[in-house]
Amino acid sequence: MSEPGALSFTITVDGVEVTATPGQTILEACDAAGVYIPRLCYHPDLEPAGHCRICTCKIDGRRSSACTMPAVRGMVVESETPELNADRRTLVEMLFVEGNHFCPACEKSGDCELQALGYLLGMTAPAFPYQWPQRELDASHPDVFIDRNRCVLCSRCIRASRDVDGKSVFGFDGRGIHMRLNVDGGRLGETALAAADKAAQVCPVGCIVIKRTGYQTPYGERTFDQAPIGSDIAAVGKGAKT
Amino acid sequence: MDGSRSEDGGNTAKPVNSATGTDPEHAIVGSVLDAVGADRTRLMDIVQGIQHRVGHLSDAAIGMVAARLGLHAVDVEDMASFYSFLNRRPRGRYHIRLSKTPVSLMKGAAEVAAAFSAAVGTAWGGTSQDGDFTLEWTSDIGMADQEPAALVNGTVLTDLAPADVDAIVATLRARRVANTIPLFPGSDAEGAGLPKARVGASLVQPGPVVFATDVASSTGLMAALARAPGEIIQEVTKAKLRGRGGAGFPTGLKWKLCRQSISDAHHVVCNADEGEPGTFKDRVLLTQIPDVVFDGMTIAGYALGARHGLVYLRGEYAYLWNSLQAVLQERRRHGLLGKNAGGREGFDFDIRIQLGAGAYVCGEESSLIESLEGKRGAPRDRPPFPTDRGYLQQPTAVDNVETFACVTRIMERGSEWFAGFGTRESAGTKLLSVSGDCPRPGVYEVPFGITVNAFLDLVGAPDAAFVQVGGPSGQAVAPKDFGRQIAFEDLSTGGSVMVFGPDRDVLGIARQFTEFFADESCGWCTPCRVGTTLLKQSLDKLLGDRATLADIAAMEALAGTVTRMSRCGLGQTAANPILTTMRNFPQLYEARLRPERFVSRVTMEEALAEAVDVQGRRPTGGEDTA
Repeated sequence: MSEPGALSFTITVDGVEVTATPGQTILEACDAAGVYIPRLCYHPDLEPAGHCRICTCKIDGRRSSACTMPAVRGMVVESETPELNADRRTLVEMLFVEGNHFCPACEKSGDCELQALGYLLGMTAPAFPYQWPQRELDASHPDVFIDRNRCVLCSRCIRASRDVDGKSVFGFDGRGIHMRLNVDGGRLGETALAAADKAAQVCPVGCIVIKRTGYQTPYGERTFDQAPIGSDIAAVGKGAKT
Repeated sequence: MDGSRSEDGGNTAKPVNSATGTDPEHAIVGSVLDAVGADRTRLMDIVQGIQHRVGHLSDAAIGMVAARLGLHAVDVEDMASFYSFLNRRPRGRYHIRLSKTPVSLMKGAAEVAAAFSAAVGTAWGGTSQDGDFTLEWTSDIGMADQEPAALVNGTVLTDLAPADVDAIVATLRARRVANTIPLFPGSDAEGAGLPKARVGASLVQPGPVVFATDVASSTGLMAALARAPGEIIQEVTKAKLRGRGGAGFPTGLKWKLCRQSISDAHHVVCNADEGEPGTFKDRVLLTQIPDVVFDGMTIAGYALGARHGLVYLRGEYAYLWNSLQAVLQERRRHGLLGKNAGGREGFDFDIRIQLGAGAYVCGEESSLIESLEGKRGAPRDRPPFPTDRGYLQQPTAVDNVETFACVTRIMERGSEWFAGFGTRESAGTKLLSVSGDCPRPGVYEVPFGITVNAFLDLVGAPDAAFVQVGGPSGQAVAPKDFGRQIAFEDLSTGGSVMVFGPDRDVLGIARQFTEFFADESCGWCTPCRVGTTLLKQSLDKLLGDRATLADIAAMEALAGTVTRMSRCGLGQTAANPILTTMRNFPQLYEARLRPERFVSRVTMEEALAEAVDVQGRRPTGGEDTA
């Protein structure tokens, strides 16, 4: 966290003053201050894209995604309200029925941000009908595997491959409920993707996984088995207050 | 590679051959790229140019385009797979797209569809074995006053009846030899001799402002060019002109913000995407008084210091392409466009038309800008607003066709005259497109503030059971509210007024509107992408007489989340058909409710159908929960 400079200003988030600097989004300012806003498609190393809408907050009375909204002096932000969290939970429930997510059999279980958000937001039984889409797998790459059943269309891999790796291995195909993750040329094994690429590392769910690593950490000892999602960010806040 | 690309029911059309060379596709792609230029922002023109000559966008063509533009194939596919008028697989020589709206279905579209199916010998959604015809539904094509209507490639057919179909199919089949590839946009030859290939004039009642006829052409433009740019913006502000697309943002303020943004270039964009079902008034403007619209764009260009004007013309209106290009050419010839436009020293301004390719969401201004830049039409998060960073990340004013026409009139007669029409908050007149159960459908120019009742009398539909004001994204207005006014401060509309008589199925219509949003959702954000489909399924459960009180509560909660959490106007209004019918026709929902605490979505019979099919026997001992 950088020292607040002369240009820094404050915004109010759920009644707490948060310091922000020009150019920061609300979500960035909150992260730096240890105030966790639930999010899924956002990744700190990538340009925000505003897909999942889970970080939606009430900002000066109007709803907007915190990951894309620039912080402006004096903004009043509501995030941890029952109403917003209920809507966030509904979005997570939508993602669970849109794809084919089988947590008990998924190698990402315990490290999965979608699953962790489900727990955090109090998702219990499925509220919506499963869509059971037919989605393609791609095992053609020697080190990286794609299971589109678990894709949440967050575009992290697309942004990482294009903006960080400079390879543009991924894109979208189609629109609406038919939208799918697309691979350049059709098969991952024929692309320049490497397991060490950013694009192979940023998937929040079990869609893009590195082969032969899925069970190195046993179930029960994984990231979100230890502490709920967002704990790392909230810990920054606790540290800053002392 | 997935469901979105394999929807033609197993019927694969023969690849279409057009040119005579050994590798015609390669040559065509090369020539299109040479003609348009290797400009990534012109990707829409490139892929349309290829498709119009080859029939579809093959992997090879996509690869060539990507290589020439310095992109990856996945980038080109990202764009090309988005638009419903772009084919990634071969389709029939004649792509028949029949408009599917509550109004078209009321007027017999389903019967016309059945007649086409029988005549060409393929199921709806498929391609005929001979590769001649592909049959598909499409969203409203801007012909609501002359439904059933269809597009045959770029040609519009209207007022269709099942009896017309055989002659249409025979005429098209007879063109087997010459010109097998559909010319699109704008093939006048294609429409010639084709039964019902005629678009009606649609203007029923011209009014005193937009359709004023007693002014010499370009009077407003000349008056504007004699003044300082800042004065024009002041005049438009004083006229209290608000955007005619439906949102009603003050035009003067938009222009002021745009002009204040410091940049090398500013842009003027005319939103002619007119996709809201039931709206067709922009088609009428572009047909009858395109010069008044182009005058308005030129005035905006002068006021904003822009050199470039762009018209985003929806793909459904491709048939207007040639006539609009001719109008622009005339304007260049008369010095109204080009260097020192309108004779104003130092004011260089020209207009280019960008054709869309079938995506309702592109009527949303930031999606429209993305599409103009040759990308998929996904909306942008705001800020930044287009007036700050719009087309090519430069300040851009996006205004509706009708808004530009109003600007011209304001420059002719002054802001005071203009603000003398309408209400305090809604100055001027409004073009309303009327369709449905109404003896005189068409475009009416009326002063803002007219009540629904007065308007229904005007169009000859005093017995309406409900009126859909503002299209699917607007409201279902019940008779108890017919005293309300059509104005931004009351019932706001971009121009769509659909009238429904007493025998119509309100919830069935709400279901069709809901399906429209599911079809047109861009997919970028979760609440709209998933929520619109879930809303449709909720209504299906209700209409299948399987909904309980708990289902209604869940549907309302879901509608609320989609409305509150969606990224752009499409998702934010997608639940309106459900929410406004729930509010105005609660008895229709109640009448369908089942008394049980829970009823499953599907019957046991349906749930087991696939397994029964696979096993070849029925289960024993089970009970159907229906």
